[in-house]
Amino acid sequence: MATKSLKAQGNFLADSHHQLEIIEHGADGHFMPIPFQEKLVDIGLYPLIPTGITIFQINVGKMCNQVCNHCHVDAGPDRKEIMTRETMQQCLDVLDKNLQLRTVDLTGGAPEMNPDFRWFVEQIKLRDVHIIVRCNLTIIRANKKYYDLPQFFKLHGVEVVSSLPFYTQDRTDRQRGNGVFEDSIAALQMLNEVGYGIEGSGLIRNLVYNPAGAFLPPSQEGLERDYKVALQKDFGIHFNHLFAITNLPISRYLDYLLESGNYEKYMGKLIAAFNPTAAKGVMCRNTISIGWDGFLYDCDFNQMLDLKVNASGKHIAHFNLQELENRDIIVAQHCYGCTAGAGSSCGGQTAS
Amino acid sequence: MEQKNHYYDANDLGKFGNIADYGKELADKFFGWYGAVFAEGALTAREKSLIALAVAHAVQCPYCIDAYSSDAYEKGWSEQQLMEAVHVAGAIRGGASLVHGVQMMNKVKEIAM
Repeated sequence: MATKSLKAQGNFLADSHHQLEIIEHGADGHFMPIPFQEKLVDIGLYPLIPTGITIFQINVGKMCNQVCNHCHVDAGPDRKEIMTRETMQQCLDVLDKNLQLRTVDLTGGAPEMNPDFRWFVEQIKLRDVHIIVRCNLTIIRANKKYYDLPQFFKLHGVEVVSSLPFYTQDRTDRQRGNGVFEDSIAALQMLNEVGYGIEGSGLIRNLVYNPAGAFLPPSQEGLERDYKVALQKDFGIHFNHLFAITNLPISRYLDYLLESGNYEKYMGKLIAAFNPTAAKGVMCRNTISIGWDGFLYDCDFNQMLDLKVNASGKHIAHFNLQELENRDIIVAQHCYGCTAGAGSSCGGQTAS
Repeated sequence: MEQKNHYYDANDLGKFGNIADYGKELADKFFGWYGAVFAEGALTAREKSLIALAVAHAVQCPYCIDAYSSDAYEKGWSEQQLMEAVHVAGAIRGGASLVHGVQMMNKVKEIAM
């Protein structure tokens, strides 16, 4: 299990240009899968354009208390990139001027580690915008100063979305580190205690499944049923929905695929499972992703590959919703991850 | 096309659908039925996958073992559960031989003084 980010290790994949080169041509430069663009052309979806931007996904920093093997952000305790309050204020100004942005999705790293996180949540809430926090669960147990996060989330009506790669310890710890399952279960119970995931409470707590290996997620519906039965029986835990998310070949997951010799086979699986319905429902069509330094991207994955939006205003300071709604979304081979099988997004499956 | 000097090729698994090239009507019936068999039913798709893995070992089909080792693991069965399923297949195969030992004993008793 890694304890340092790729960046801290000096791994060549920490450079997004190297990642893009491998994603397009494989580790040896000879891998030539069907270009994703061609698939979109075949179904009349190229160039890919937005359907109406309503979700503002803000990555408030790469700092995290965990070093997960599959992390596409390459987050970890050694990452110091953090969104400043000034950039947060620019995001708030954009929310004030663009009332169609009705959901703010806060991600990281562990977003709670940003020193201005709570101020930011409070400010967003004042604007009556729905807030999602992608909470890794263990942060709640990491330090006394985070113990009251469940109450804080409840107070502001935050929807909590949390990764729990599996309902057993073995698979969870393999992906997220030793002890993560136990701490996650304890955090889930703390969230349950204040009402999260309990029917009728109005407090939404959704879980995220990521495959712990080089394979695609199974049916979200069946998996949700299994999670609910197992977590309730073994730990008395309740939650609302399970989002099954496919791992994209980026950063540490790409490193895993290359190290384990699975890269080409995995890409082959994604391509063979291309689903036109899922392609129509990809999240980049209704979301704008903002990086810790205020730059704009089509999605969190393009953000990590440093593929900024195809618009003249590439920074939150120059945010122009009309221009962004008329841009072409940048696609590359990693996009097969969102269109495979039942599709994948930050909200889980996109096609049934 | 050249006939390779071996019987099994892992790439052939991905060409299973090509059997329709030599007989579409029957292939369509088979794949339609196959899909229905593995759909959610009184047994879950997850349970059916584990049964398929055990049967794959009983019939010793390398393609099926390849497919259902992945499928069953993807559907959340643990390594220990997969191995126990293989042991079930092995036990039934072993038992199928051994239970005939009774037939052997009957015959021997019939002819022995």
